[in-house]
Amino acid sequence: MTFSSDLELKSFVLLRLGERRFAVAADGTAELVAPSRVFRFPHKTAKIEGVILRRGRIVPVCDIAERLIGKYLTSRRFYLIALRHYGQRTEWVALPVTGECELISAELTPASASDEPHVAGWLSHGGDVIEVLNLDALTPGSNEFLPYPAAQNEVGARPAHLGKAEASP
Amino acid sequence: MTPMQAPVKSGPLRSEQIILFRIGEQLFALSSSSVQEVRSADSLCGGAYEISAPGVDKVRQFVRRGANTLFLVSGAAHFDLCAPDGILAFVLRNTRTALLVDSIEKMTAMTRLQALPLSFCHEERQWYRGLTALDQTVVPVVRPEGFLSDEELMKLDAALPPPESASEEPEAQDDNGDFGMELN
Repeated sequence: MTFSSDLELKSFVLLRLGERRFAVAADGTAELVAPSRVFRFPHKTAKIEGVILRRGRIVPVCDIAERLIGKYLTSRRFYLIALRHYGQRTEWVALPVTGECELISAELTPASASDEPHVAGWLSHGGDVIEVLNLDALTPGSNEFLPYPAAQNEVGARPAHLGKAEASP
Repeated sequence: MTPMQAPVKSGPLRSEQIILFRIGEQLFALSSSSVQEVRSADSLCGGAYEISAPGVDKVRQFVRRGANTLFLVSGAAHFDLCAPDGILAFVLRNTRTALLVDSIEKMTAMTRLQALPLSFCHEERQWYRGLTALDQTVVPVVRPEGFLSDEELMKLDAALPPPESASEEPEAQDDNGDFGMELN
């Protein structure tokens, strides 16, 4: 019996940011999409560029390159659509990446106490040691309850706090 | 990988009438039922008085309407946009806000309002009810109550001159043929 036989192989998506590669858990990703129009509007959350429309959903675009490699991506980018947890809730976020992604199976070495919060662990692939990312620590968002209830998908179902002035037609 | 599902559509969708408007180049939406009046800023500002409240730079004028005080909020300053103060004023129902905007794009209807993604975690959560997709464009739907917080209203109230000093101010009227319309 070898040490490695006790370890479990897991699926990861390798993504490229500039010259560096990172990994995210495959079960927390949905798809890699070609560059599309980013809709921008005023807001105060750093690192959020705007939103894209994907399969009828509005997905925020979060640039993680600046934090991970120290600069924004300037080359042609794709978006890796990945899950981000907010307490009990999850939502998709679009991560700009450089080029194609790769699906691999590898053993995860858990992060140590000295690793940064955005490091979920490490894996070895193709002679490289690659960071596995914890997107919950890497992308903005609060896990706390928010002061206003979430909007409903159908506009007829309106939050009670909006009062008569906001009553649906 | 986990497939990303399209939103589930449940039954016939209800629609909500909205006004699409611009501040600078930026497009916003607002429920038409939350707009009490649309006036030209000139006609509203004609009866306005200056006000300066610390930390509330987006409000520089107010008007009295009977017992009520309306604060003219610069939409450009509120959203931190590089644009001059708007030339139209939306008097927002059940608020003390008259919002200055640049133009009305059109009136239309939305059938879906998506909550603001949780990645947005700062003041914008007070600014917007959510986002809607119209003609393959995403438009933020503003929250009428989000232009002036309770704290800002307290500061503004504290900065108001005594009512008697403004008692001769005429209520803003459409007596000069200026553009103005009541909604709903």
